[in-house]
Amino acid sequence: MTIQNLEQTISEHPLFVGLDSSLTNLLVGCAANVRHEPGSYIFHEGEEANHFFLIRHGRVTLELHAPHLKSIVIETLGAGDIIGWSWLLPPYVWKLDARATETTILIALDGKCLRTKCEANHDLGYEILKRFAKIIERRLEATRLQLLDLYATH
Amino acid sequence: MQHIESESVHASADIGTDATDRGAGIQLEANPMIPEAWTVSAVTKETADTFTLAMAPVNGSNSSFQPGQFSMLWVFGIGELPISISGDPAVAGKLTYTVRSVGQATSALVGRKMGQHVGVRGPFGTGWPIEAAKGNDVLIIAGGIGLAPLRPVIYHVLRHRDEYGRLILLYGARSPRDVLYRKELASWAKQKNTQLLTTVDYAGVTWRGHVGVVTTLFKFLRLQPTRTTAMICGPEIMMRLVARDLARRGVPTENVYLSIERNMKCAVGFCGHCQWGPHFICKDGPVFPYEKIVPLLDKYEL
Repeated sequence: MTIQNLEQTISEHPLFVGLDSSLTNLLVGCAANVRHEPGSYIFHEGEEANHFFLIRHGRVTLELHAPHLKSIVIETLGAGDIIGWSWLLPPYVWKLDARATETTILIALDGKCLRTKCEANHDLGYEILKRFAKIIERRLEATRLQLLDLYATH
Repeated sequence: MQHIESESVHASADIGTDATDRGAGIQLEANPMIPEAWTVSAVTKETADTFTLAMAPVNGSNSSFQPGQFSMLWVFGIGELPISISGDPAVAGKLTYTVRSVGQATSALVGRKMGQHVGVRGPFGTGWPIEAAKGNDVLIIAGGIGLAPLRPVIYHVLRHRDEYGRLILLYGARSPRDVLYRKELASWAKQKNTQLLTTVDYAGVTWRGHVGVVTTLFKFLRLQPTRTTAMICGPEIMMRLVARDLARRGVPTENVYLSIERNMKCAVGFCGHCQWGPHFICKDGPVFPYEKIVPLLDKYEL
């Protein structure tokens, strides 16, 4: 994929739609294409979180493994979703496992590279934080609904 | 339509029209308060606690209904329950109900054996907008046992395929073992012009479907918002969030319909048990256009 294509793909991803092109250009320098085959792990809990991922195609499950309990899937993600915000906040460690359940094409954004650029350019930093906050808010709302166990009494 | 918190257990239908008051020589309509005997003709176990009962009329009673309507089902000596009809509206001489066993009356109902009798009143209430939806994509969003009252719509659309656009079913269940109508879901998914996505709140790592609340499935749709009629049935908070998300995605409010459940008792608008703001859910509902009930949905005490 050429730099131009990468730029276009990033700017068309729901996370970055409407982002000023000068800021998108800054992202491109930290981006790379990644492909995962079905069953392969994108990252594991406890590993250093140096990236986040834009899903272009495929499906990914976020999994939680607890000792003595059955492993559970927290959420499934697909095209248009992002994976991971642990890169954004110290101690930069993954809290979950992420596994591709189909052939999955991703754009990986280097977290260290991005953190440096965000510190240097607060316009970029603020845009990124706003966009991640929206995703965190949506997932928190969804998790609260799951917590209600709605279908238990319906 | 299944009233968990309000299983009415009572011995007789105490509210009714007294046919003799109307005078001799007048053609009397059947008294809606008197149940007719039906016989259980088949019982299908859907999940650990949910069963589908098919019933046949004892006295040739009318079996026609509109998708979305409900019946009042009597288990004699135990009580009466409002239960949505979950069968195919095109099949005559049969009524089908999917019931989750959660209390005294529902467990008595699902415990009926083949050949035993159940009292049936109805059908009652408003149906899903199968006429208004013609020409549009039909987007069905169901949560939990909310799939049951929507199954007749799916049957209807599949029988009249040319009259509708795409059929999209988004179904949220508690866990993989709580998914209803598994075989049918698999066969519907293979139909032309049909998109079917199932999600659960909890799953182990071997589950192949989606995990997450039903609204997270919207991202997998290619909606034609202004050409979509949405029909939603599930827990009220889920319906409210789904309706809100649909509005955000440009589906006109007037094309969104919800099925509301409350404490139905007489089912014909006399007793007031199911009053909800200005509406009696038994006769003004259970299916309402979203725009008619937006203010009520936000009042959690109603």
